[in-house]
Amino acid sequence: MTIMFIVRRFLFLILVIWSASTITFFIPRISSRNPIRERFAALARTGGFSPQDMEAIVASYNTKFGLDKPLMEQYFAYIASVARFDMGVSLNKFPRTVMQLIGDSLPWTISLLLVTTILSFVIGNLLGAIAAWPRAPQWVRTVATPFVLLQGFPPVLMGILLLFFIGYRLKLAPLGSAYSTGVIPNWSDWSFLLDVLHHQLLPGLALILGSVGGWVLSMRGMGITIQGEDYVNYAEHKGLSNYVIFRDYYLRNALLPQVTGVALALGSVVTSGIVVESQFGLPGLGRVLQEAISSNDFMVIYGVVLFITIAVATLMVFVELLYPLLDPRIRQD
Amino acid sequence: MASATLPSATLSSPTNLLPTRTVLFLRYLRRNKSLLIGLLLLLFLIAFTLSGFVTLDLKQAYPLTVKTKQPPSAEFLLGTDFFGRNLHAAMVVGLWQTALIGVLAGAIGTLIGVVLGFTSAYFGGFLDTAIKGFCQILTPIPVFLIQVIIAGSIDKRDVTIYTMAFIVLLLAWMGPTLIVRSQVLTMKERQFVSVAKLSGVGDLGIIFGEILPNLLPFIAAAFVTQVFAAVFASFYLAVLGLGPLREPLLGNTIWAAQTQSAFFNGWWWWPFAPAIALVLILGSLALVNMGLDELANPRIRRTE
Repeated sequence: MTIMFIVRRFLFLILVIWSASTITFFIPRISSRNPIRERFAALARTGGFSPQDMEAIVASYNTKFGLDKPLMEQYFAYIASVARFDMGVSLNKFPRTVMQLIGDSLPWTISLLLVTTILSFVIGNLLGAIAAWPRAPQWVRTVATPFVLLQGFPPVLMGILLLFFIGYRLKLAPLGSAYSTGVIPNWSDWSFLLDVLHHQLLPGLALILGSVGGWVLSMRGMGITIQGEDYVNYAEHKGLSNYVIFRDYYLRNALLPQVTGVALALGSVVTSGIVVESQFGLPGLGRVLQEAISSNDFMVIYGVVLFITIAVATLMVFVELLYPLLDPRIRQD
Repeated sequence: MASATLPSATLSSPTNLLPTRTVLFLRYLRRNKSLLIGLLLLLFLIAFTLSGFVTLDLKQAYPLTVKTKQPPSAEFLLGTDFFGRNLHAAMVVGLWQTALIGVLAGAIGTLIGVVLGFTSAYFGGFLDTAIKGFCQILTPIPVFLIQVIIAGSIDKRDVTIYTMAFIVLLLAWMGPTLIVRSQVLTMKERQFVSVAKLSGVGDLGIIFGEILPNLLPFIAAAFVTQVFAAVFASFYLAVLGLGPLREPLLGNTIWAAQTQSAFFNGWWWWPFAPAIALVLILGSLALVNMGLDELANPRIRRTE
């Protein structure tokens, strides 16, 4: 039964990826823009080659990428190339492929998002659980509750406020970029690592503060439901200590549904991550996307979007598969 | 004698004591703090925008109309930017445009959602399967990325406020559809619907007379959620440089400030003003939404 469930989820994942590729293939073709022609028109203005030459170059490019073939043929070729993880080449940084650009920037994005998501999950759920726990000290509950107000607060706005107060006024953190200018990246050098961490401080803080409120809110609601359950009452009557009840009976059971919350939050985590990266000029996927947008590098825009979509959908399915392992009561069949 | 005076007393005194609807609403607001604060914030923003429309020259929201790079002063309350825009005027126009995008996309999205949700849940069948399947497949795909693709495919010179609203609207019906669908599914099994059916009320009568009135708080909450989502999405698109570049939309102002490294150059007021405006808009919408949730689902009051 479990095997069947896993197989079904993977078929669903393939369906999602296929839909996403179809969207990224057809939407750009509905509009009248021709990326290659626009690119060469821009080059022609600066470089000054004649219109005839340009037509010839465009035609040769169209043949090279198969853009003169019928639409359905192009579509099947596109789906086949997506299946090979080939997202095409950048129009702006020509010899480089989209996957190379993604590969260069991905470690930055993954490390930033992984750390901030784990931190905000842990902090948010602890605060939410404490805010709803009637036997928690009053001051802890008073501290925890205002975090609910941060729910739905866009990390980008948080980033601007942090940049203003911490970066600009107090001068405690740099105003952007991945490391100090003039420094040569050297990952075995401790001072360079510290410099990078210093530059990740504000974007990381913005992402944590922007997502922690949602966890506090949902965990608080969950905690209120759990503390009325019979097994919590039973644990109390057995005379277990407050700490044990909190940890083993209350927190553990309240946490389970929150794991599903991680899967649902992935989309907004990645979205915010991209925008915050472009805001702080970090060399992650966000800046690749923003540079592509500002230079009309369509292949990169579509490639990056499709890549992120596939990544998010895959992660979501994996978190879903994890869930029955965490909660044996759930046999998803 | 006493039995004769009693009814008259109970009849006359309630008419004096019975509170009017406004008083009842105000009393309810006193209990529902988040709704109260959210509505007050919204009123403040509306007052700010309207007063700006009356007192300011709105041409100054566009480039090359005032002195550049002026910090906030008595003449320019919120300063001016690198391109020679009066940020106060830009905020007023930007707030109006942001509200326009939010309300347009929110209202149309909710309307489509209500229609689709009702037909899907009430009549079931092929349409229900199609809508459910479509939403299921799109759930793992971040909506924002689809919006980036759409916005990126449009020529930047063609993007207007209405294009932005349209881009945001394209997928805005999904949330309301799912909410309305699930609510109608539970509601059509309730007894009052069965009673109405047995007494010969038609489908339309049941939908508009029995189910819809009970759904209004949910629909209102879904509408506010959609306005929030639309403001949020258009803001993110604009911050990435996909907005209508000529308009002083709040996200565009932040994008422009970022591309000119405003903090680095010491022009802190430039990104600060639109950021605060967006905090107020999104904050007030979130508070109103929380308040409406409580109205629609009184059990949440336990959490107070």
